[in-house]
Amino acid sequence: MTEPLLQIRDVVVEYPSKGFRTKPFRALKGVSLDIRPGECVGLVGESGSGKTTLGRAVLGLAPVTGGSIRFDGRELTAMSSRERRGMGSDIQVVFQDPYTSLNPSMTIGDILAEPLTARDVGRKAAQARVAELLEQVRLPTDSVRRLPREFSGGQRQRVAIARALALDPRLIICDEPVSALDLSTQARVLDLFVEIQERTGVAYLFVTHDLEVVRHVSHRVAVMYQGEIVERGETADVTSAPEHPYTQRLWMASPVPDPVAQERRRAERQRLLAVQAEQDQQAGAVA
Amino acid sequence: MSDLTTTLPADTRSADASLAKRLLRDPLGLVSLVFLVVVVLAAVLAPLLTQHDPTVAVLGDVLADPGDGHLLGGDSAGRDVFARLLYGSRFSLLGAALALGVAVVIGGLSGLVAGYFGRWFDTLSSGAAAVLMALPGMVVLLAARSVVGTSAWWAMAIFGILLSASVFRLVRQTVQSVRNELYVDAARVAGLSDLRIIFRHVLRVVRAPIIIQAGFIASVAIAIQAGLEFLGLGDMSIPTWGSMLNDGFARIYQQPLLILWPSLMIALVCLALTLVANSLRDALESTSSPRRAVAPTSPDGASGDATASATNHAADDAGTLLRVEGLRVGYAMPDGSTKEIVHGIDLEVRRGEVVGLIGESGSGKTQSAFAIMKLLPEGGGILGGRVLWKGHDLARLSERDMTRIRGKEIAYVPQEPMSNLDPSFTIGAQLVEPMRVHLGLSRAQARTRAVELLRRVGINQPERVFRAYPHEVSGGMAQRVLIAGAISCEPELLVADEPTTALDVTVQADILDLLRSLQDDFDMGILLVTHNFGVVADLCDRVAVMREGDIVERGSTRDIFVHHEHPYTTQLFDAILTPENTRQPYRAPDQPTTPHTEVSTS
Repeated sequence: MTEPLLQIRDVVVEYPSKGFRTKPFRALKGVSLDIRPGECVGLVGESGSGKTTLGRAVLGLAPVTGGSIRFDGRELTAMSSRERRGMGSDIQVVFQDPYTSLNPSMTIGDILAEPLTARDVGRKAAQARVAELLEQVRLPTDSVRRLPREFSGGQRQRVAIARALALDPRLIICDEPVSALDLSTQARVLDLFVEIQERTGVAYLFVTHDLEVVRHVSHRVAVMYQGEIVERGETADVTSAPEHPYTQRLWMASPVPDPVAQERRRAERQRLLAVQAEQDQQAGAVA
Repeated sequence: MSDLTTTLPADTRSADASLAKRLLRDPLGLVSLVFLVVVVLAAVLAPLLTQHDPTVAVLGDVLADPGDGHLLGGDSAGRDVFARLLYGSRFSLLGAALALGVAVVIGGLSGLVAGYFGRWFDTLSSGAAAVLMALPGMVVLLAARSVVGTSAWWAMAIFGILLSASVFRLVRQTVQSVRNELYVDAARVAGLSDLRIIFRHVLRVVRAPIIIQAGFIASVAIAIQAGLEFLGLGDMSIPTWGSMLNDGFARIYQQPLLILWPSLMIALVCLALTLVANSLRDALESTSSPRRAVAPTSPDGASGDATASATNHAADDAGTLLRVEGLRVGYAMPDGSTKEIVHGIDLEVRRGEVVGLIGESGSGKTQSAFAIMKLLPEGGGILGGRVLWKGHDLARLSERDMTRIRGKEIAYVPQEPMSNLDPSFTIGAQLVEPMRVHLGLSRAQARTRAVELLRRVGINQPERVFRAYPHEVSGGMAQRVLIAGAISCEPELLVADEPTTALDVTVQADILDLLRSLQDDFDMGILLVTHNFGVVADLCDRVAVMREGDIVERGSTRDIFVHHEHPYTTQLFDAILTPENTRQPYRAPDQPTTPHTEVSTS
């Protein structure tokens, strides 16, 4: 058994609510998760389930109020902001929206060189590295002088991936990186993610609401619901025989590209919803 | 790799160079800029332009007419008007610059800190700004005069402090919105310090609005300053435009020209400052030159013909709701040409039928849908073809007639539910208004119907949602509200543009179920624009596959899924993730620290 690279233990994230003396909003209610080096763990759930918050907690962008996050044996939650900044070379991010995650007034070259120059990499070395990065994500080398608006969504997401790879990180948080893309672009970007992982051994925490996407890229899956992980396991198991009723419903909600099969799936989903409604009613009657 | 080839024509000019070019292309801005430069140069070079001393009074030249040694004549004390105008602009411009500098430094810095770091400083400084804005400027300046004396510099500095509140609010607001951008998050993750983020990302965005605001502040400062001196509250020992106004006003019957020169200068300089600021804003905000609408290039047949043949078609097939024939859509390009993006498509929607229009982004599917409703964004237009609806060609209908059809007969459900609800009105108000206009219902009737509709689209507490504001509901709920609004006037055709793309899979399934049941109830036709074959399989009766402005394949949904011919359709199907693509289980990577594993795998 390989030592986990990232160890998340009973993490609680609370956002202060508006108003005086109101209870803070608990986005994560004690979540634990491990990611091993070179592993891709898919995190699925609907919006508001806390899956994005978990990613942001690891990145230091969400207020962690309890539990621990250890990266390579070092406690992230106890770090000063200076130490935390140093972690940028180990933990990186690719955001969902390729339109707002790149500064519209900076050229692609400047965007990619930014993490390098922040670490005092020389101009020449930075240029060479940027060229290398562009090649890795298969963008033409003349992209360096261009602005983000000249690129399509899929291409922008490639730029965002290149930026994440700039410092050779060991973990990349992927926050719905393909949700805003077309199906055909999506497939190619996912292949790129897998290929990069196999070549560099970087680990992914892959946040998404799409179980098909998870099946394509992840080794293991964790399903989040209302701030908790309700099911986890090997990808093949969770996606073929989900156990938790929420996972089952989630699975049946995803439409299949086949009118006949989709009709069956729709009926199955209606049945699950009816079962759930009945259970809720009974629970209500008991309580 | 088609996502590499589908970009728009590349714009390789660097951002700053094209900014200067755009600025120079605006004639009004250019003239104003040249005028300001001339005024500044004249102020600096005043001693070279006139040999008269602006403060020396010559008894013989009192109220002298223009010409004869004095270009613009003499004033009430016999001083040279032209010299006073030149020297006066020195003080007027410097005073405005002082006020501007104070306002930008104080307002800009505090706005930056308040917007970026927030917390107590934000609360405190926002309060201070509110107080400053509430103070009447003129009154404060009059009060200040009794404390610090007649020094006009002090007055301008104090006025700068008053103006700093508006700069503060502008900067704070801009910084706050930049701060929440994902690219700032990304920079933070990359390990950039706050100072670096401010310099690299934040200042760049704040720069433009500050420059624009500066133009307005400077002109206000000049006007206020002139006003103070006109009232005789300035330092009368130095020549200024305001004191010249004062003098001219007192002698308006004896020498009416005296008041003309300073007024002209003040008006022109203020105008030029505002115009330069305006054209700067235009240059900074628009990424391309102003768009003009495109007109049909080759109208095929007179409009009378179109109507006649339309009725023929209607007679042919009573079930047809909408028939699109050879629709071409184009956009005006900055260089004056027209770029066609939909190249003559045919499409038909029958009553009670769901037709899917599927394609990748950039295929023209959304543009076709917008063209059918005549909702194309600025610069876009229908170049040719017909959109036949109940015997009318919508492509030729006037905007007024179209407004009557849109919303009532043809309704629309957008992709982004949140951005299609006005955040400042309650959901109820937004539902009631169109029903009153289209159906002529009373307020109470419309209200009852709106609540009914909300219940119909599956909202559990319709009364609560009716009273809620858009930000208080989830994205899925917002989409239900928009669907409720779309069906409120019982339309015959619903155009849904990627109605579930922005939603979760679970919510997507709910919305698709809702659309299906509504379509059954109202016997509506639906034109569903999507890129998801799963959605097509779920809802559509027929489907048309669109690629680069053409429909490449069409047929009944079941047929297309079993048997498709066009390579592009095959390519789209191949891109769908299927269970066969499941990733192999995890294998620990080679550990550089343990050499034996390296040997075993290599």
